[in-house]
Amino acid sequence: MTSAQAAPTTHGPGLLERARGSRLLWPLVALVALVLANAVRNPGFVEVRLQDGHLYGSLVDILKNGAPTLLIALGMTLVIATRGIDLSVGAVAAISGAVACTTILGSADPTSPAAALKGIALALVLCLVLGLWNGFLVALLGIQPIIATLVLMTAGRGIAMLVTDGQIITVRNDFFAEIGAGFLLFPISILIALAALAAVALVTRRTALGLLIESVGINPEASRLAGLRSRTIIWTVYVFAALCAGVAGLMISSNVSAADANNAGLWIEMDAILAVVIGGSSLAGGKYSLSGTLVGALIIQTLTTTVYSMGIAPEVTLVFKAVVVIAVCLLQAPKVRERFTRRRRPPATAETTPPTRPRASDATFGTEPVAHDATAPKQKVAQS
Amino acid sequence: MTDTSSTTVAPAGRPGVSGDPVVAMQAITMEFPGVRALEDVDFRLFPGEVHALMGENGAGKSTLIKVLTGVYTATAGTTELRGERIAFSGPAEAQASGVSTVYQEVNLCPNLSVAENILLGREPRRLGSIDMGATRSRAAELLRRMGLDIDPGSILAEHPIAIQQLVAIARAVAVDAQVLILDEPTSSLDQDEVAELFRIMRHLRDEGVAILFVSHFLEQVYEIADRMTVLRNGRLVGEHLTRDLTRLQLVSAMIGRELGVLEEVERLAADAADAAEVTGGGDRAPLLEATGLGRRGSIAPFDLRIAAGEVVGLAGLLGSGRTELARLLFGADRADSGEVRVDGRVVSLRTPRSAIASGIAFCSEDRKGEGILADLSIRDNLVLAMQAARGWARPIPRRTKDELVEKWMTALDIRPKNPDALVGKLSGGNQQKVLLARWLVTRPRLLILDEPTRGIDIGAKAQIQKLVAELAAEGMAVVYISAELEEVARLAHRVVVLKDRAKVAELDGSASVDEIMALIATADGDVRTEQVAS
Repeated sequence: MTSAQAAPTTHGPGLLERARGSRLLWPLVALVALVLANAVRNPGFVEVRLQDGHLYGSLVDILKNGAPTLLIALGMTLVIATRGIDLSVGAVAAISGAVACTTILGSADPTSPAAALKGIALALVLCLVLGLWNGFLVALLGIQPIIATLVLMTAGRGIAMLVTDGQIITVRNDFFAEIGAGFLLFPISILIALAALAAVALVTRRTALGLLIESVGINPEASRLAGLRSRTIIWTVYVFAALCAGVAGLMISSNVSAADANNAGLWIEMDAILAVVIGGSSLAGGKYSLSGTLVGALIIQTLTTTVYSMGIAPEVTLVFKAVVVIAVCLLQAPKVRERFTRRRRPPATAETTPPTRPRASDATFGTEPVAHDATAPKQKVAQS
Repeated sequence: MTDTSSTTVAPAGRPGVSGDPVVAMQAITMEFPGVRALEDVDFRLFPGEVHALMGENGAGKSTLIKVLTGVYTATAGTTELRGERIAFSGPAEAQASGVSTVYQEVNLCPNLSVAENILLGREPRRLGSIDMGATRSRAAELLRRMGLDIDPGSILAEHPIAIQQLVAIARAVAVDAQVLILDEPTSSLDQDEVAELFRIMRHLRDEGVAILFVSHFLEQVYEIADRMTVLRNGRLVGEHLTRDLTRLQLVSAMIGRELGVLEEVERLAADAADAAEVTGGGDRAPLLEATGLGRRGSIAPFDLRIAAGEVVGLAGLLGSGRTELARLLFGADRADSGEVRVDGRVVSLRTPRSAIASGIAFCSEDRKGEGILADLSIRDNLVLAMQAARGWARPIPRRTKDELVEKWMTALDIRPKNPDALVGKLSGGNQQKVLLARWLVTRPRLLILDEPTRGIDIGAKAQIQKLVAELAAEGMAVVYISAELEEVARLAHRVVVLKDRAKVAELDGSASVDEIMALIATADGDVRTEQVAS
C-alpha cells in the first residue's frame, strides 16, 4: 500500500518515548487510577494483611476473583489472534463445574480427594471434547467463529442443566474447595491462572507457535500456501480455550462449593473478550499481547469490585462498567492518542514539525487502522 | 541531472500559463517507524500542465501523493496551495480545496447511475430531498464539457471499466478541481481507452487544471506529460521538461545506475538461460511428470514434464488456465483427475504442505492476498515456510535465522535492509523478493513463479529474471508464468501455451514472442496441437 523505503531512522526512542508509545501504557494507567480511586474512598482498600499464612485484603480478593476471567481471557487471546472468537466459554465453564460437582456427589465418598480428582478429570475431558467440537465447526466446516461458538453458548447451558438435573448441586469436598478458595500465601486460583499464562508465554514465544498463530490470524490463505497447518492451529486454539474455560469453571464452582448451571460463568465470555481488547490485541486477528490480556483482566475485575465497594446502584452497574471500558479503549485509539501527543508538544515545534501519525499496528481497538487507510480505494472492514 | 534549483521554470514552455505553481511542496520528509519514505523532497505543480511523477516502486511516489492529499502528515517540510500554507487533515478536506485524486481502482458505487456517482454527496437538493432531474442535468453538463458521450441516467456497472474510470475523473473535476491527481489510471485500459483518457486530460489541462500523473508506462508518460519529477529511494533526483530528457536518461535516473548496467543484467539473464539450455532440459529424466492432471471447471487434463535445471514458461492470456495449472502442481487446489510423479514416484499433492514436502514451492500472483504477511517483519516472513516445514516445536535457532535473513536480504538486495521492517510497508518489488527468499531458504527443487515481475520496477524485474536463470543453471526446475511474453521467451527452455483453460501447445525455447503470440491468438482449444521440439 505504502511505498516506504529508504535508510532506517537511526535514533532509538528514549525510555519516556517508548513508554508513551507502548500499548500497555493506558491500560496500566487505568488500572492504577481505578485502584487509587478506591483507595481515596476507602483507605482500607489497598491494605493487605498476612494472617495464618494467608494474604487478606481487597486487592487479594481481586486477584482471587479475577483468576477465572484471566484464564478464560488467556484462551480467548489465542483464539482472537487467529481471527476467531469463542462465545461458548461461559457455557463451557458452567458445564465443567456441573460435571465436576455431580461426579463428586455421585462417588462413594464425596469428601475424598479421589472423588474430587475424578470429577476434575471428567470435567476436563468433557471440555476437551467441547473444544474439539468448536474447532471442528470453525476449522473444518469453515463456519464463522461467532456463529459456530454461539451454538455451544446457547446449547451449553442446557447441557449443564441436564447434568445437574436443574438443581444447584452443593458439594462438601475440602480438596475440591482448594482450587477456587484455597491459599498458598496467594489464592491458589490466581497461581493456577498465572502459571497457565507463563506457560503459554513460554510455549508461544520460545517455540515458533506464536509466529504460526499470528501468521494464520494475519492471512490464513497466505499461511496455508506457505505450508502451515492452518486448520490444525485453529483447531488447537479452540481446544485450548475450552480447557481454560473448563479450569475456570472448576474455580468458580469450587469457590462456592456448588454448581449453578444457570449463573456460573454467566457473561464471562464478554469480560474475557473485553480483557483481550483492552489489553491491546486486535479483534481483526494477528499480533496479540499476553501481558496486555493480564492487565485487561485485572482492570475488568477491579472494575467489578469497585462497583460493589463504591456502592454503585445495581441498575447502573453495567453502564458504569461500559463507561470505563470505552474510556480505556478511546485512550488507545490512534486518533485520540495523536491529539494527546499533539497537545503536549510546545506549539512552536508543533508547527514546524507536525508529529507523525501513529503506526498502523498501534491501532488497538479491534478495528483496522482507519486513520492510515482513510483513502484506500477499498475500505477493509474488520470481521469479527 | 540532479539539478533542482529553485528558479522557476516556465512549465513546459506552453503559452498562456502563469509562472506561479499551484502546488509547492518544500523539503518534505516523511518517516515511518524504521523507514524514511521521503527525505527532503521538493515538488512543484503548475496550472495547465500534465506533470508525471516518476520513480520505481518504493521511490516514494505514493507517499508524496498521500502527504499532498493529507492522508499522511509530513514529518517535516511545508506544502503550499496557491501560495498558502496548508496541511489537509484528509482527502475530503483536500478535495474541498480543489485537490482531487483518482485511484487506480475505480472507487465508485456500481449500482448507482452515472449522474449519481458524479455528484454523490453533493447532489442538488429540493425540499430536503435529492433533485434527481437537476442531478442528471448537472452531470450531463459536466460530461458534455469533458467531451464525453455517456448517458448520465445509465447505471455505472453497465459500462466497461474504462468508462467507469472516466466517470471517476468526471467526479473528481466536478468540484472545480484545480489539481487532479491520477494514480496509475491506465493500468486496466486498452489502447483506445488510453487515447480517450489522454484526450480528456489534455482538455482539462487546457482549461488550466494541473494534472499529476503517475504511470509505469514510459511511452504514455512521454506522450502526455509536459514535465516530470523523478524520485529515487525517497529522494528527489530531478525535475525536468519531458522534451529535455531522453528515455534512456529517465530510466537511468529512476533506477540510479547507468543504463549499461541494466542491459548487462538482461544480457546475463539471457546468457545464463542459454547456458542452462545446454545442460538442462531435453532428454534428462523428468523431475516432475504430470499425466492427465486436471480439475473440472478449472483446467482441462494436461500432461507436463519438467526436468531439473529446466525453465518451463507458461504463456496465455489472463484466465487461460496458467494460474490454475500452477495451483494444481502445488496442491493449492486439489486435482480431480490424473497423477503426478516426482522422481518417478507417484506423489499425492492434496495440500501445499504435501507439495512442499516433495520439494515444490509456489509464489502466487496475488502477492498481498496469498503471499506476504503484511503485519509481520521481513525476518518472520522470510523464515515462515522453513519454520512451517520444521513444525512449531522446533524453532529455527536465532543465530541460524539471523544468518539466513542476512544472507538472503543481501543476495536479493531487499530494501530497506532492516529485518524488523514490516513487509506491508515495503514496495511491491521488495515484497516479491521477500517471497522468493521465503522459498529459496527451503531449497526447493521445483519453483513455480506466477507473475513474479508484475507491478514491480525495471531494476527488480531484471534482478528477478537473472536470479531465475541462475537458479536454473544451478539445477533448480522452474515454472515461470508471466503476461510479459518477452520474459517467458527469454527465460524458458520450453513454453507451454494455454488457452481457454486448456494446454494447447508446447514450444521449444527458441520460440519467438511472435510465434507464441500467434498460437495464443489462433490455437483452437479443441485441437491439441502438440508442437514438441527436440
